Amino acid sequence: MLKIDIEACIGCGLCESTCTFGAIAVAEGHAVVNEKCTLCGSCVDVCEVEALSIVREERAHKMNLAEWSGVWVYAEARKGRIAPVAFELLGIGKRLAARRNVPLTAVLLGSGVNGQARDLVAHGADKVYVVDDPALAHFTDDAYGNMLTDLIREHQPEIVLAGATAIGRSFIPRVATSLATGLTADCTNLEIREEDGALLQTRPAFGGNIMATIVCPDTRPQIATVRPMVMKPNERDDSRSGEIIEVGPDPGRLRSRVKVLDSIAEAQDKVNINEADVLVAGGRGLEDGKGFALIRELADLLGGAVAASRAAVDSGWIGYPHQVGQTGKTVAPKLYIACGISGAIQHLVGMQSADTIVAINRDPNAPIFDVATYGIVGDLFEVLPKLIEKLKQRTDQ
Amino acid sequence: MNIIVCVKQVPDAKDVRLDPVTNTLARDGVQSIMNPYDRHALEEAVRLKEKFGGTVTVISMGPPQAAETLRDAVACGADEAVLVSDRAFAGADTWATTYTLSQAIKAIGGADLILCGKQAIDGDTAQVGPGLAERLDLPYVAYVRKINDCTDGSFTVERMMDDGYDLLQVPVPSLFTVVKEINEPRVPSLKGKMKAKKLEVKILTAADIDADPAQLGLKGSTTQVVKVFSPQLRGERAILAGSVEEQVDQLFQKLANLL
Repeated sequence: MLKIDIEACIGCGLCESTCTFGAIAVAEGHAVVNEKCTLCGSCVDVCEVEALSIVREERAHKMNLAEWSGVWVYAEARKGRIAPVAFELLGIGKRLAARRNVPLTAVLLGSGVNGQARDLVAHGADKVYVVDDPALAHFTDDAYGNMLTDLIREHQPEIVLAGATAIGRSFIPRVATSLATGLTADCTNLEIREEDGALLQTRPAFGGNIMATIVCPDTRPQIATVRPMVMKPNERDDSRSGEIIEVGPDPGRLRSRVKVLDSIAEAQDKVNINEADVLVAGGRGLEDGKGFALIRELADLLGGAVAASRAAVDSGWIGYPHQVGQTGKTVAPKLYIACGISGAIQHLVGMQSADTIVAINRDPNAPIFDVATYGIVGDLFEVLPKLIEKLKQRTDQ
Repeated sequence: MNIIVCVKQVPDAKDVRLDPVTNTLARDGVQSIMNPYDRHALEEAVRLKEKFGGTVTVISMGPPQAAETLRDAVACGADEAVLVSDRAFAGADTWATTYTLSQAIKAIGGADLILCGKQAIDGDTAQVGPGLAERLDLPYVAYVRKINDCTDGSFTVERMMDDGYDLLQVPVPSLFTVVKEINEPRVPSLKGKMKAKKLEVKILTAADIDADPAQLGLKGSTTQVVKVFSPQLRGERAILAGSVEEQVDQLFQKLANLL
């Protein structure tokens, strides 16, 4: 609970203006707190007369945090291949491990994947636990969850990172619940707090309108999922050495109540928008599906792929795998050309890490121009054909 | 088939902002709605009821006004409504929420199937569905885009993956979280609205669900918010001016090495 020392309080109102929850206000000359308080501590930090303090109730069964050490990355593998997000997590994992002065460990689950453990070492892992078994050939929440949970219980890492992919978002909450510990999903930033070495986990909420920083104060491990394309992998270094440990699983823990009958790849455009260097994206401004023909033509000329805002996908002009944004994919291409996209925050969170952003929109006040490197206020039905024409001329020369 | 659908009343997330003057989460004028994904879960439950018979119970953990959302659900085909409400639940993160919901579901006798939306549009974590299944020790599938069949004590479902879908067989009882591709939710019928008006929403407090106070609400949470801020947006903002010809020429120059 938040304790207010009424004697010390001078009623300056700094706490009131800092609080994002409207939980504290000055009344009758001093601060008064209400039930909206989340104990975040922001007011305590700003109070200049030290009139505020947080008294935490002791948890009944407190974990001994000192027993938990090490940074772990769940190295997702799908259809026998390690997913790119695993290498990205090793990137941020290495930085966190260095700050904590502890080793970086990867966990690889699958069937016929053990040969790839050294790729994880080459990308930063000091140690890799591999569980290679036919029962893990296809992802199941039970088997994958049990394997990761058992390893965590045995080796007690302080931090566990996983990709916020379909697989990660499915089984990691189960792992966290089994371990009675906290999980923060879709983190866009991870840092170590100076004063106590805790993991500061920053993520969007309310569809990206708000950012929140979260900690897991009393339990371990601190688990965080991170979307693909948010973090950067380390450079591959084949001279690195690491310990690769093949773990023999308990057969009882490999059983899954859910049976995988089949795994079907959808026939989409072959180009995965996550891997394209250039993306040309269309939004509501295209006015109907025919506008995408222009988008495709430009993308083809640039050797890139087609992306879309949620509005375009919801209107049925293009399929969901092309959707960029809070409820779609996060991308970080070299060049992102946003055509007829207003730039709602939910879209921006999916593409604002692109190196260069070009925005074409009729509305000079469109928020997309706030993140664009170059903006053209104009009619995309005039601008795009001109751009396409110029590109064709250049290739003809 | 008895089905429980977990629903949440949420602020219409697209309208929530940090007020730049007061630095507060500005909720004035922001509508409260049924979490859109839960609407799809409810629709699927009602369709299953129409096919197999049984009852659909909607349950929500929330403040008293969440009863509105439960009535909305009844208007769209749910039979019973349970509101799990107590000051002690306030400030719960997903860990404390799954504890509370699982106690409530045990208190009302469980179900053959529990349906949840894939995530709530305020928290966006997608953690409650799987966490709840774990608490109840139920097999679960997240991101269900189609329930194909139910025969001989098991469901056949399609789970959406990043690159396609998996076809799965799941025993009963189980829990699914659903994506919006699963169906088109119906609008409330007049008959439904009348039923919703007359319905008594059952209220369960912390005492009613035999909850350990240490595991509830803010106190029972394993995660804690330490800071809330507006997202920073960067941009060089070079607006290229002139005629269309001139704009495109300038863009071409600037991007010369990229094109």
